[in-house]
Amino acid sequence: MQKELIRLEHISKSFDGQMVLDDLELNIHENEFVTLLGPSGCGKTTTLRILGGFVQPDAGKVIFDARDITGMPPNKRQLNTVFQKYALFTHMTIAENIAFGLKIKKKSKSYIDDKIKYALKLVNLEGYGSRMPDSLSGGQQQRIAIARAIVNEPKVLLLDEPLGALDLKLRQEMQYELIRMKNELGITFVYVTHDQEEALTMSDTIVVMNQGYIQQIGSPESIYNEPENAFVADFIGDSNIIAATMIEDKCVEILGTRFACVDTGFGTRKPVDVVIRPEDVELVPPENGTITGVVTHLIFKGVHYEMEVMANGFEWLVHSTVLSPVGKEVGLRVDPFNIQIMNKPESEDEEAVALEL
Amino acid sequence: MNSKKHLLAAPYAAWAAIFIIVPLGMILYYGLTDKSGSFTLENLLAIASPGHARSLWRSVWLSLISTAVCFLLAYPLAMILAGKKGRNGSFIILIFILPMWMNFLLRTLAWQTLLEKTGVINSILAFLGLPALKIINTPSAIVLGMVYNFLPFMVLPLYNALSKIDENVIHAAKDLGANKIQTFFRIILPLSVPGIISGITMVFVPALTTFVISTLLGGSKVLLIGNIIEQEFTQAGNWHLGSGLSIVLMVFILINMVVTALFDKEE
Amino acid sequence: MKRNKTMTITQKIYVALIFIFLYAPIVTLIVLSFNASKTRAKWGGFTLKWYVSLLQDETILDALGTTLLIAFLSALTAAVIGTIACIAMSGMKRRSRAVLMGITNIPMLNADIVTGISLMLLFISLGFRFGFGTILLSHITFNIPYVILSVLPRMKQLNPSVYEAALDLGASPLFAFFKVTLPDLMPGILSGFLMAFTMSLDDFIITHFTKGSGLNTLSTKIYTEVRKGIKPEMYALSTIIFVTVLVLLILVNITPEKAQKENI
Repeated sequence: MQKELIRLEHISKSFDGQMVLDDLELNIHENEFVTLLGPSGCGKTTTLRILGGFVQPDAGKVIFDARDITGMPPNKRQLNTVFQKYALFTHMTIAENIAFGLKIKKKSKSYIDDKIKYALKLVNLEGYGSRMPDSLSGGQQQRIAIARAIVNEPKVLLLDEPLGALDLKLRQEMQYELIRMKNELGITFVYVTHDQEEALTMSDTIVVMNQGYIQQIGSPESIYNEPENAFVADFIGDSNIIAATMIEDKCVEILGTRFACVDTGFGTRKPVDVVIRPEDVELVPPENGTITGVVTHLIFKGVHYEMEVMANGFEWLVHSTVLSPVGKEVGLRVDPFNIQIMNKPESEDEEAVALEL
Repeated sequence: MNSKKHLLAAPYAAWAAIFIIVPLGMILYYGLTDKSGSFTLENLLAIASPGHARSLWRSVWLSLISTAVCFLLAYPLAMILAGKKGRNGSFIILIFILPMWMNFLLRTLAWQTLLEKTGVINSILAFLGLPALKIINTPSAIVLGMVYNFLPFMVLPLYNALSKIDENVIHAAKDLGANKIQTFFRIILPLSVPGIISGITMVFVPALTTFVISTLLGGSKVLLIGNIIEQEFTQAGNWHLGSGLSIVLMVFILINMVVTALFDKEE
Repeated sequence: MKRNKTMTITQKIYVALIFIFLYAPIVTLIVLSFNASKTRAKWGGFTLKWYVSLLQDETILDALGTTLLIAFLSALTAAVIGTIACIAMSGMKRRSRAVLMGITNIPMLNADIVTGISLMLLFISLGFRFGFGTILLSHITFNIPYVILSVLPRMKQLNPSVYEAALDLGASPLFAFFKVTLPDLMPGILSGFLMAFTMSLDDFIITHFTKGSGLNTLSTKIYTEVRKGIKPEMYALSTIIFVTVLVLLILVNITPEKAQKENI
């Protein structure tokens, strides 16, 4: 990992007596694409606004490049923000929008002109400089918002659900654009979204948040494959979350049947939750299955069939490219590697999280 | 229904033609003819006579001052009100419309009571050891009356324009390095221009053309162009002259609209 | 705009000063209505006698009746004509709509004195007898724009699918309009009506030129009294009107705020 750039220490914030962030700790490194992911109200936008300087934390420190910037106003910070719904200056042309920050810093005219050209090229909107923001489509306005921020050469770009207002196709295109821009600029991106697909596609690191707490920090792969608790498992993709008992190392009892797994260190006869992704459940002839069940629902999803299988009193969600008609008896098998064991929530707050599912 | 919807405009279109367009035509007709009915420009040129010109000049001057004072008072107020979260806009609007339920002549007359030599304001000033205000029956009293009566017309459009500005746009300016003053002059002020323009129009026009405020607060000493026109119709009975001066007045209103519209475009 | 929940002390003082400026004359008038002395220059002790004599003053009560009747009828007529005009405009081509809106703006932008004079010239040349009818026609004329300007934004927000859904479900166009479109427009119509009512009530200038002799509204009555001195009963009446409206507004304003909170 690169050098650490931002450190949030013990950040707490409440609005109107309602706790939004509670003792949050987060490190962000140079040249990292960090995504804060969570449902609305989880505190991700507040975290971003604390970074940007628009919200003051009730407690805690914001350390930037080894300096405490907690009380520093936004206009003095070396980071720039791409706002939700763009927040372009509608009374200025595109070029004037992009030049805004540079003019404030009293840069020379030729420097500004070069920068505008460069930024418009970077966001693929060359020749749009003299147009007004209102004459641009949503996707184009979004690019301008990015251009306006990056010409100031921030060390960190904060992006607050920047693709939220775009349609699906454009959103996917912009995801690739953002990755390209980040690689070209070589700066840190802190990205806020509630869209797990966006997070998985673009990030180096995903920070899953809920109710003011960080639930898990990790790479997209580890978040998806090894969710640490039921909230993360449920929020990222579809999954079967089942109450189970850890019999001993590498053996878990799920719905009365023992399954082999790879996890160790959970103790013996301990209640746990297991997460099994629907694509990891294999449908096999009944005699080959660890357990057997009957297909109850079937939907064609394009890439695969989505089926629900009633087995041992639990409705298993299964993705498979092979069709099994409703009413058919099937066997279920899961590779030990694909069974993810999670501790049952211990604290009350975690309990609340689990209950909300 | 949809295809024939526009036919429903007929009643209003007829109404507007009879009660808006035709009457304006009549002013043009009277203003451009003499008593025998033949064409003349005399009624328009009458504005150049010393008495009329002085009244017009005074009207323009006083209404410009009033508009400026209204703007300077209303802008900070509108910013404070627009910045206050939670309160719904209609409540603020109501507070400014509420005084209209007390007759405006009475409200304006009440200023006489407040401004008199021994009136409330001078009593307070005397109590504080400050010199007395002697503005009753002077142009200053007229300006005060104009500001008092037309201030809401400045506050409301400004409030509307300012509360429409997205909070994130202001955040964006700060994010890009602008301090408070830069944010105000480069972002907030330009974005509120539509409100400023309609505020200026809504104050300047009634101030320019009033005859009531000058009658009530100016004694009979200060004649505005509105007083002259009113007298031509109700006392002197020279409708041709009155209409001619009205046309001149409308020209000034038009100039005001053109100037503000140009300013809008520049921005 | 940047939103802070609380105002600073300076801001509070500023807002308070403006409000004192706006409401000082009103307080003065209310105080005068209880003043035993007949001149407004000095305080002669507290009395309710003006409120009693108001009830016997027929010229004031007549003027009040005329004022209220004109305000109500003109606002109502303006609401009907204005709403129909808005519906019509939504079905019009851009250009003709722009022309009609331009004409609508004339009474708003033009000076009241010019509007008053022009209507007076019209009524004279049509040979109308000046009185209740001419005042009413004039008030309707300057009230329609207020209705249009408050209904039109509402009209633009209207979701056409709702009306179409009603047709789809078997409603006749007229039924769909009254059951679906009109209720949606109602808040706009209502605020337009109230605005028109207020403007009519407060109007002096246009009434001054279109009333002829004999009939008076409160405004014109006050104007004729300016020289010889305002009757204190007038202060009593304005106080009653103002306090009534204030109480109504407080009642109306408390209820929707509660309802809104529940909605959140």
